[in-house]
Amino acid sequence: MTLALEPIADPSAPLARRNPVAKLGAALLFSLPLIATVDPFTPAAALVLELILLPFFGVRFRQLARRAAPLLFAAAGVLVAMTMFAAERNGDLLFSIGAFDVTTGVLASATGLVLRIFAVALPGIIVFATTDPTDLADALVQNAKAPARFAIGALAAFRLLPLLAQEWRTLTLARRARGIDAGHNPLAKLRLFVSTSFALLVGALRRGVRLAVAMDARGFDSGTPRTYARRQHFTGADTALMAGAAVAAAAILTLSVLLGFFHPVVG
Amino acid sequence: MSEVQLRGFGWRHAGRRAWAVRGLDLHVRHGERVLLLGPSGAGKSTLLAALAGLLPSDSGQAEGSIEIDGLDPGKARDRVGILFQDPQTQLVMARSGDDVAFGCENRGIPAAEIWPRVSDVLDRVGFRYPINRSTAALSGGEAQRLALAGVLALRPGLLLLDEPTANLDPPGADLVREALTRSTGPETTMIIVEHRVAEALPLVDRVVVLEPGGGVRADGTPELIFAAYGDKLADEGVWVPGFSFPPLKANSRSTTDFVRAEHTSVRGRLSPVSISAGAGEVLAVTGPNGAGKSTLALLLGGLLAPSSGRIEAFGDKRPPHRWRAATLTQRIGSVFQNPEHQFVTGRVADELALGPRRVGRSPAEIRKIVDELLERLRLTKLAEANPYTLSGGEARRLSVATALATAPRLLVLDEPTFGQDRRTWLELISLLAELRTAGHGIVAVTHDEAFVRTLADRTVPLGEPDPEPLPRRVRP
Repeated sequence: MTLALEPIADPSAPLARRNPVAKLGAALLFSLPLIATVDPFTPAAALVLELILLPFFGVRFRQLARRAAPLLFAAAGVLVAMTMFAAERNGDLLFSIGAFDVTTGVLASATGLVLRIFAVALPGIIVFATTDPTDLADALVQNAKAPARFAIGALAAFRLLPLLAQEWRTLTLARRARGIDAGHNPLAKLRLFVSTSFALLVGALRRGVRLAVAMDARGFDSGTPRTYARRQHFTGADTALMAGAAVAAAAILTLSVLLGFFHPVVG
Repeated sequence: MSEVQLRGFGWRHAGRRAWAVRGLDLHVRHGERVLLLGPSGAGKSTLLAALAGLLPSDSGQAEGSIEIDGLDPGKARDRVGILFQDPQTQLVMARSGDDVAFGCENRGIPAAEIWPRVSDVLDRVGFRYPINRSTAALSGGEAQRLALAGVLALRPGLLLLDEPTANLDPPGADLVREALTRSTGPETTMIIVEHRVAEALPLVDRVVVLEPGGGVRADGTPELIFAAYGDKLADEGVWVPGFSFPPLKANSRSTTDFVRAEHTSVRGRLSPVSISAGAGEVLAVTGPNGAGKSTLALLLGGLLAPSSGRIEAFGDKRPPHRWRAATLTQRIGSVFQNPEHQFVTGRVADELALGPRRVGRSPAEIRKIVDELLERLRLTKLAEANPYTLSGGEARRLSVATALATAPRLLVLDEPTFGQDRRTWLELISLLAELRTAGHGIVAVTHDEAFVRTLADRTVPLGEPDPEPLPRRVRP
């Protein structure tokens, strides 16, 4: 199994090489301000900028599309929910599906929401597509002063994830071997799912405990200040990346206000 | 080098009535290599955990004293290294070199010293890959070697080994023993718990046998111990070297095939193979790791669809993997390598009743089946126990019993004897021989040569998987 979080980018690309904490910070600085407005223009502009910057992160458009594919489900969900439940149905009537009038107003706000989903999520996807999890944990500890117990612990747990997928398959087969299958009964399917999940959880907890004991046996809880076998450096270029992200977000918001698209979430 | 001194040591886990170990007096001198023996439940693993300083004082009750170089184990943690059974839950990092460095970082070793140490210790254990080799891509034996390197990188004076090869196939276990031989010298005191005694003996010069009720039963050189206590230890389930078993083979060759697979394969896991199994025979499927033995067991067990070829069983037009589960369990019973994967209830008796209930037996019939199986597999006293709390041997017996509850004619077992003590091993062998005499067919995937020698009527060896080219490890 391949994890959806493994890096896929060319690691020598100029922006992919930046410190993981700087990339994560830049992604947050860029996408969080965009949440302030619900118009379709702002996220569209952000998306354009994100796609222009893509090559500098060494990510191919195709790879990004594959990683972002799950977002399409979210987008489809928003579209359906909006056409059915939108309170304001202003603008011209385009067409009706049964009792639901689809107007230009409804369509504009739905498009805005869908674009926001993509604009906010893509920077995060790009960061994880260009960052090795070990480097991220190292940088979080060394540059962002995150507790090692948390960062390295999460990294170790992360290593066990593929085992879970394998374990799930084995548990499913083992249940069939015991004479348990759900057939076409949805209630039985749900019960089977719950019981398999429980068994998976029990197994995961036991493994987690064993791993924690093994880590402590190698001095993870010794209280001695840790040294770093791998150094992560936070340089001027990393500061520039974060500043650039903040400036870009500000520029897009300003443009949106000036052009009259800006429509704040509150008020 | 480290020295261990126990005086009347005992430990009782919180919430338990019985002491895990008690009244233990033991002195292990600098550089000694000790094999710790005793029937299961004698407290061997608890003793190792205590020595490693991994029993926090609030997790139970201690008595007597335990000292490493005159220090309490909690204060001697940096002198002690411990290697556990399962490599998967000991490796922390994604890259091999980083994993060895992990312990060094924890102990505050300066960065400039870490990488030479990593490289040196990887050489000592005979790790053959580059330091950036993904830890997920290692075989069990290689991963355990790496885990050993991670422990040795901290230069422990006392090395504790808690069944270090129990989770590995024979070639993997050989790798680990070879690594132990080449990487540990007289500067390391070693205490090892290992139930495959014959394989562990070349590593040790002293054997200590724990008495299940408490204290030390015997202590001395391997020759003396096995001459004086060998029979008793063997009866208690210890794999004492030099005992062999007379073969138990079928009298007549089967004429009816229960299952027949023709040129079946599973993409990426099993190359095309043809195999059939019938009434009154034990068929052993052998071969190296990665040859697809477990996959073949799933195919024959009706749990997996083949990518190519066909499987026919019990005269049914549909292949086994298309049958309803209730039909399947009345024809083919599968026993997985890890018994816990197959437990679905909270009581041993419920576990046995589940299959018969799913196939529509009456309550009276179910009670009869459950009682008979409990009796037959010596589980009657445990009828009310939670399956997850059973010992390894008990869990194995229960998993076989659950498969028998629906009376399938064909039994498919994946490594049934793996990790079992000698007593459970003998019980399994005689149970399977009885089932064969009663006309059942038995397919067992196994690494266990003694199993094949003793019980198998036919053997189907699966071929080597394509070997992976070995890159040379470059020193940084």
